[in-house]
Amino acid sequence: MEHAVETTLTVNGTRVSRRIAPRQHLVDFLRDELGLTGSHIGCEHGVCGACTVRVNGEIVRGCLMLAVQANGCRVDTIEGLSDSGELKALQKAFHEKNALQCGFCTPGMLMAAQDLVLQKKKCSREEIRSHISGNYCRCTGYQAIVDAIEQVLNGQS
Amino acid sequence: MKAPSFAYARPGTLAEAFDLLESHGEGARILAGGQSLIPSLNMRLSSPELLVDITGIPGLSKIEASATGLRIGALVTHAQIEKSPDVRKHAPLLAQAAPHIAHPAIRNRGTLGGSLALADPAAEYPACALAVNATFILLSKKGERRVKATEFFKGLFETDLKSAEILAAAEFPAVDNSAFVELARRHGDYAIVGLAAVRTGSQKRFAFLGAGATPVLAVNASKASSVEEARQALEKDLDPPADLYHSSPTKLHLAGVLLERAWSTL
Repeated sequence: MEHAVETTLTVNGTRVSRRIAPRQHLVDFLRDELGLTGSHIGCEHGVCGACTVRVNGEIVRGCLMLAVQANGCRVDTIEGLSDSGELKALQKAFHEKNALQCGFCTPGMLMAAQDLVLQKKKCSREEIRSHISGNYCRCTGYQAIVDAIEQVLNGQS
Repeated sequence: MKAPSFAYARPGTLAEAFDLLESHGEGARILAGGQSLIPSLNMRLSSPELLVDITGIPGLSKIEASATGLRIGALVTHAQIEKSPDVRKHAPLLAQAAPHIAHPAIRNRGTLGGSLALADPAAEYPACALAVNATFILLSKKGERRVKATEFFKGLFETDLKSAEILAAAEFPAVDNSAFVELARRHGDYAIVGLAAVRTGSQKRFAFLGAGATPVLAVNASKASSVEEARQALEKDLDPPADLYHSSPTKLHLAGVLLERAWSTL
């Protein structure tokens, strides 16, 4: 593999080391090398947000970060947040409100929504829309998604 | 939509970074937050031999207030600018502009230095820097070079940065009041046109984005004494290029709308 760089990162709590080609972006690495296919690949230029993952606690575009840049970082994906139960409330609300459209954006939507939930503040629908604006794809509306996020935010103590 | 092959280095000091940049010349590109560079690689608009990741170099991520203004390190992210109490106090124009840049996940990685060094004419910070005439601190093996914003932006994606030079920080002088407004088809999209407006005493300065090959200082509008006069003067100041959806006259009209909005708040 040309120019491969030894890279060690912690993915969903598990330490992994691989030799990685610098050209491989983080979400390709997660999907192809680690089999974590929950993070989707949509546009690959930072527009659709389907590849949203958390790096050192902050949401980022998985397609706009090279996997080698994640050396030494803690990466959390939809699988990790789902298995740990962190997304339980949001997943329940998405289920109840049928907050799916075509479904392709759902993992990224959940990651972005959880980022807002962690901020522990009440938000208007406008603020919710602003926060998930980076995850709009080819559908329109997003009403049920905003409903679901609103339900979780308002239900927080 | 996969990037071409390139080598990657993450130097731990400025000296190492200068060596890498010098030895690879035009084949090397500096990588900071990567929120513009990586899409351009993925779309194969750019094919460097080597990416020099400067995020491991200490000292480029500070926000420091001084008597004359605020010095912000090149690696400070948009999200940090958005949330920093120092920025809100000493350079509120930047805090007003930051929420307009893309989306939260992108603002977590994109940097001030990356945006200024790329000099996209539709980007927010270059116009802000021009409005306050910020000073750019450029470092190379030869030492430090200080360049004013009015001298820094040379053309479309062209700046005064020489090869093997690194933009280390920018200093934003204090102003009495500021406003940032822009129009975009959807929040977070590239602006159709935007305006960074500042006032110091009775002196106003208006810098537009999306209105030329570089951020554009509206020299005549900045001297005007009334909003009507300023709007008229814009016709002399701006000749905005059309984009896919907006003709040049439409953009000029929208620039006038923004000028009116900003004028009343300065």
